[in-house]
Amino acid sequence: MIYGFSYDTSSTYAYALSILPILGIGLIVTIEAALAGFSIALVLGLVWCLFRRSRFKALSWTTACVVEFIRDTPLLVQLFFLYYVLPDYGVTLPAFLTGALALGLQYSAYTSEVYRGGFDAVPRGQWEAATALNLSRYQVYRDIVIPQAVPRIMPSMGNYAVSMLKETPVLSVVTVLDILNLANMIGDRTFEYLVPLSLVGLIFPIMTTLCSVGIRGLERSLPKAGLALR
Amino acid sequence: MTSPIIRFDQVTKRFGDLVVLDRFDFAVAQGEKVTLIGPSGSGKSTVLRILMTLEPFQDGSLTIADIPYHQPNGRGAFRATEQHLRKIRTNVGMVFQSFNLFPHMTVLRNVVEAPIAVLGLKRAEAESRAIELLRLVGLADKKDHFPSQLSGGQQQRVAIARALAMRPRVLLFDEPTSALDPQLVGEVLGVIRALAQEHDLTMLLVTHEMRFAREISDRVCFFDKGRIVEQGSPDQIFSKPNQPRTREFLNSVLPS
Repeated sequence: MIYGFSYDTSSTYAYALSILPILGIGLIVTIEAALAGFSIALVLGLVWCLFRRSRFKALSWTTACVVEFIRDTPLLVQLFFLYYVLPDYGVTLPAFLTGALALGLQYSAYTSEVYRGGFDAVPRGQWEAATALNLSRYQVYRDIVIPQAVPRIMPSMGNYAVSMLKETPVLSVVTVLDILNLANMIGDRTFEYLVPLSLVGLIFPIMTTLCSVGIRGLERSLPKAGLALR
Repeated sequence: MTSPIIRFDQVTKRFGDLVVLDRFDFAVAQGEKVTLIGPSGSGKSTVLRILMTLEPFQDGSLTIADIPYHQPNGRGAFRATEQHLRKIRTNVGMVFQSFNLFPHMTVLRNVVEAPIAVLGLKRAEAESRAIELLRLVGLADKKDHFPSQLSGGQQQRVAIARALAMRPRVLLFDEPTSALDPQLVGEVLGVIRALAQEHDLTMLLVTHEMRFAREISDRVCFFDKGRIVEQGSPDQIFSKPNQPRTREFLNSVLPS
């Protein structure tokens, strides 16, 4: 029994049906982890990108090194590090938070590049007009550049969102009770792995397809010129 | 005579090895309307872009309303802090060849954005002033349109209103009609002509519209290779230029 649901191993169908509620709970954790991770990646990536474009050379250079380091280390290594090493320094985070943080950190390195591409694609004339109107750098980003960059970066951001969703099962190695971890536990107890793992294998493509369709729809609803500011 | 509002003193501007302005001297009095003419690549637009702080310069000194562009011990390419550059920019506005309206904002929002964000005006006040300016350029009825719904000439008129909304003392026009279809040039020149009647507004205009330059300018400067080869009243420059280079240039651009 897991989460109060018992398994019915009388037939394959009955077995599949009986464990679906358990996997459903795991699926929610998976989606929550992906959402939390991607939110972190969106914010942190923007911060990296703005730091790298800073006029202060020390800041932009340090950020470039940090981002490169994050990008060049495997997610699993970062995950173990956050989970097992940080507590030695008094920082103990719940497994879920550690996982979301590791995902977000890793993907922030990618999203910062997406932001960079999006900002560079805003025509020079827009920056110049904003300068001529004496907007501060903060106002230029907030009102002129980011609203115009968002429609341009949507497709790449969507790709990373889908690919992060597919990577969340990694969190099961640090005891996050996501869909894969639960499927494994069910297998451990029933000695029947085929059905739970197959279900996980089926649920992921369904989820990523839904996610892709949602992102396409979002892209289409955005005007090409930028987020309309009335 | 009062001290000039703009003063270039031995300003040198280089792009790498290319010298665009070479020990350039130039002064403009408050309220003066000056047109810069000359072949492309002669440095006319660079003068405007330096004034707008879009380009740094390397040597010499430049002041606007007695504020020097370079600070003593100033750092970075502009040798000034961002704060100092923003103080300079409160005096200057610019109208670009390619309009550069913000495509994601309505016409009204384009005009009120900076007055609200930079001058700190209340929205209602900024909007009523913006509508006044849009009326001045004949586009008050288009206030809720997006730039993509306007013709080039209309976009440029909005861009002029947007620049005026910041109440600059100096307004720079960088080939404001060069990107327009011929039949749309007139409406933009009409707006600039009306502005030229403003006694206090200092205007610097880079243009290839020679007849227009002759009509509205107090002074015409002929540029070649990063220097002013000849300057004078429009009548003098267009009717009896002294320099052979000026004659040559005018012959090549004016229909005889």
